[in-house]
Amino acid sequence: MVLRSTDFKTDVFVDWCPGCGNFGILASLQMALAELGLESHNVVIVSGIGCSGKVPHFVKVYGVHTLHGRTLPFAQGIKISNPELEVIAVGGDGDGLGIGVGHLVNAGRRNVDMVYLIHNNGVYGLTKGQASPTLRLGLKVKAIPKPNISEAINPIMLAISAGYTFVARSYAYDVKHLKEVIKQAIQHKGLALVDILQPCPTYNDLYTKEWFAGEDRVAGTGKVVPRLYKLEEVGFDPDVHDLEEEFAKKIAAIEKAREWGDKIPIGVFYRNDLIPTFHERITKRIPYYLDNPPAKQKISDEKGAPIAHIEEFFKELRIT
Amino acid sequence: MEDFNWMIGGPQGSGVDTAANIFGKTCGYGGLYVYGRREYHSNIKGLHSYFHLRISPTEVLANVNDVDLLAAFDAETVFRHIGEVSEGGGIIVDENQVNTRLGDVPSLPKEFKSDFSKHLENKGLKDGLNDLLEDAERRGVKVFRVPYTVLLEQVSDRLGMEKLSRATQMINTLAVGISFGLLNYEITLIERAVKAVFAEKPNIAEMNLLAIKHAYNYANETFEKMLKYASPETSVEEERIFLSGNQAVAIGKVLGGCRIQTYYPITPAADESIYLEAHEILETVNPDLKVGVIVIQTEDEIAAINMASGAALTGARASTSTSGPGFSLMVEGLSWAGNNEVPIVLTYYQRGAPSTGLPTRHGQDDLRFAIHGGHGEFPRIVLASGDIKECFYDAVTAFNYAEIFQMPVIHLIDKALANSSQTYSRFDIKDVKIQRGDILKEPMFTGEGFKRFAFTETGISPRVLLGTKNGVHWYTGDEHDEFGHISEESDLRIKMMEKRMGKLETVDKIVSISERVNFFGDHEARNMIVSWGSPKGAIIEALNKLNHEDSSLGFLQIRMVHPLPSRQITEVLKNAERIIDVEMNYSSQLAGILAEKTGISADFQILKYSGRPMTTTEVYNALKLILSGRAPKRQVLTYGS
Repeated sequence: MVLRSTDFKTDVFVDWCPGCGNFGILASLQMALAELGLESHNVVIVSGIGCSGKVPHFVKVYGVHTLHGRTLPFAQGIKISNPELEVIAVGGDGDGLGIGVGHLVNAGRRNVDMVYLIHNNGVYGLTKGQASPTLRLGLKVKAIPKPNISEAINPIMLAISAGYTFVARSYAYDVKHLKEVIKQAIQHKGLALVDILQPCPTYNDLYTKEWFAGEDRVAGTGKVVPRLYKLEEVGFDPDVHDLEEEFAKKIAAIEKAREWGDKIPIGVFYRNDLIPTFHERITKRIPYYLDNPPAKQKISDEKGAPIAHIEEFFKELRIT
Repeated sequence: MEDFNWMIGGPQGSGVDTAANIFGKTCGYGGLYVYGRREYHSNIKGLHSYFHLRISPTEVLANVNDVDLLAAFDAETVFRHIGEVSEGGGIIVDENQVNTRLGDVPSLPKEFKSDFSKHLENKGLKDGLNDLLEDAERRGVKVFRVPYTVLLEQVSDRLGMEKLSRATQMINTLAVGISFGLLNYEITLIERAVKAVFAEKPNIAEMNLLAIKHAYNYANETFEKMLKYASPETSVEEERIFLSGNQAVAIGKVLGGCRIQTYYPITPAADESIYLEAHEILETVNPDLKVGVIVIQTEDEIAAINMASGAALTGARASTSTSGPGFSLMVEGLSWAGNNEVPIVLTYYQRGAPSTGLPTRHGQDDLRFAIHGGHGEFPRIVLASGDIKECFYDAVTAFNYAEIFQMPVIHLIDKALANSSQTYSRFDIKDVKIQRGDILKEPMFTGEGFKRFAFTETGISPRVLLGTKNGVHWYTGDEHDEFGHISEESDLRIKMMEKRMGKLETVDKIVSISERVNFFGDHEARNMIVSWGSPKGAIIEALNKLNHEDSSLGFLQIRMVHPLPSRQITEVLKNAERIIDVEMNYSSQLAGILAEKTGISADFQILKYSGRPMTTTEVYNALKLILSGRAPKRQVLTYGS
């Protein structure tokens, strides 16, 4: 059966502000799910708190809307227990890089095979526009009384240092590009992070749709010069082909991630299929793990008697 | 044979635990029952630790105050514990250390030194170890001055070791050898215990065995023996086990079907997870069924509880284990699990608090916190185990309750249970049942999704696991409709609150009273003890002794502390003349809850918050004082170093 993105729509009213970047992200996600032919009951979308936290309610797959900053622990718990599920975590920049950044970093160490989408708009929207961890030092978005006094976190650099094996960036209003990046992230074997640049028309009056489009910059020809450019179009090779080049590829990606302002790269920065996933690591210790994961294991017989045999424990502890 | 209390002490890292393990196993092999209490500092090496083993031909449930044989190989152990050694008891001491003065022991805290100096001054004693030992001898304590260094040199020679320092590591087992030599204990049993303790290191076992035998022979030939405690029982046919609360919980979880355990390292909870991970591949009754438990060390306790919740939504039985500071971080996640009716089990090992408090010591400070922790009102069950055996069965029950009632279950235990070890007949598991509650395998899809939170009479909605075909639904920390979508509608809010909270009444209806309280002693007693958790053993022993002496005492042990079976508790307590609350905290938390829920106030409180568990001796004395009519309303117990 051919799926359409409308198959993944719920009838819940989408209550984001008009013009919100989230609409583009939601559409891209639904299109990606449809194009990959994923069945709705095999997909779980896990979110945190904030405007992005509402995403699961708008997508007709299993949805788990969790706590502020805790998207990743929930998502990993789901995926580790049932590796057959396609798990997509979504969260805002405040959620993932502020309150939840410890989970973001430590998830990188595990490389659980799932996707993490960061809605990055530089502000805390739902609490009325405070600076998020990705807002740069000295910038004053409209709702904060003074310019931002803290440095920004660069999600790409952080993810690469933390061990994410797929790190990409896309843009909320380039639905086609974002959809393709999300598809690649889903298909990647390992933990994939997508940093999604997203205007907040209500609270971020600096990084607007017009700013990303470069409407303030007109070339000699009279045409506007967009700020965003695609890594795949400039021949950037994000792939680690051999573990020996792993470090060099990370450095190259980090070097690219420094670009901001007049030239902002989107696309895949780093991809490494050679690092064992958490599932592969568990399988080395528990060989039947993938065939019979925790969610699928029988724990009792028909009469309710436990099937785990604890004789070995008693033998070890025996004292007579 | 009488009860025999053996204590070994020494700096942390010197093998006190190993020595105690060998000693306890040997006694077990000899058909004796053992109760072992482990005390240690929050420190890796150097600070004082000790193990108190109570050994008896009949079952032992707690510690007592007396020490019959104190095995010391450093001066601090003697300074700290000499006062506990009973008349007719003995002290094993390093002869090289008898000239040590109190001020010479750097690891003794200054508070101890100044208090102890005053104590000695009052008794007209000097502060040298030998002065103390001679004083002890005057009151009938035997002192065994052992030339540890000479013995170590001889052992080192016999093993052909080049460096004496390697042999020094065996000073702990020398103390075991001396002890057994004094008792003239059966040597083959010691051999068996040493081999069991060092099962994976046969060379180390051989070395230690040689050291033990050497010390044994030395003591046997040199000292007058302490034969009144000696003999092993005739061989025991029954299969007995010796285990700690940490182990009991872990094995209970395995049996109960736990398949995901998350944790962040914290004392005294982490040992449970370590033990589980060491046994991650499980045997089953049917060799074709491959099962295992995955233990995940998370980056913090917040991740631990939320990862467990995620796992539970997929249908895996999932749990996490922590202590007070960790639970503080978990409460937001607990609130989410409560709101979303997630069946998780949280094993809560209390320790002395607040804040970091007494990280390696005992306390029951968190009863109210376990019941109320988390913002908002949501249903949960709090089960408090009273002994190591209950820890085992409750670990299974906790999962059953979690799934039947679809709510988080807190299994509340404490450091005394976690780190004490006790001899039991092998646990009988033939009546253990797994009850998974209402899980729908083939839900009907309505188009909009599945009503995960459908309104029902019991408040329990059939559950669909993530990944089930036609079962798509949602979870949210927000208030939600039956599908799990966000809703702030006031009518729906009222209905949803009533559905969730109503489940506590369902618990009240369904769970039998025998699973919620235990009763001991005289049902018609005029004096009723109420308590919860680990004081159980000391209370039962004290009560049996007092009732044997013609007192009239009953003991109501509350196991399900939330929701509290108030009606049945009222029935038991309403006619009592004296109600005596026993618990290990400052503010008698259980008594407060009973007053709130039943209107009945305790007349007397026996409390302890020194960080050391209650002993039978002190509970007995405190109860006796109450029965005599001369007790203050509140008695605070203090025994233990």
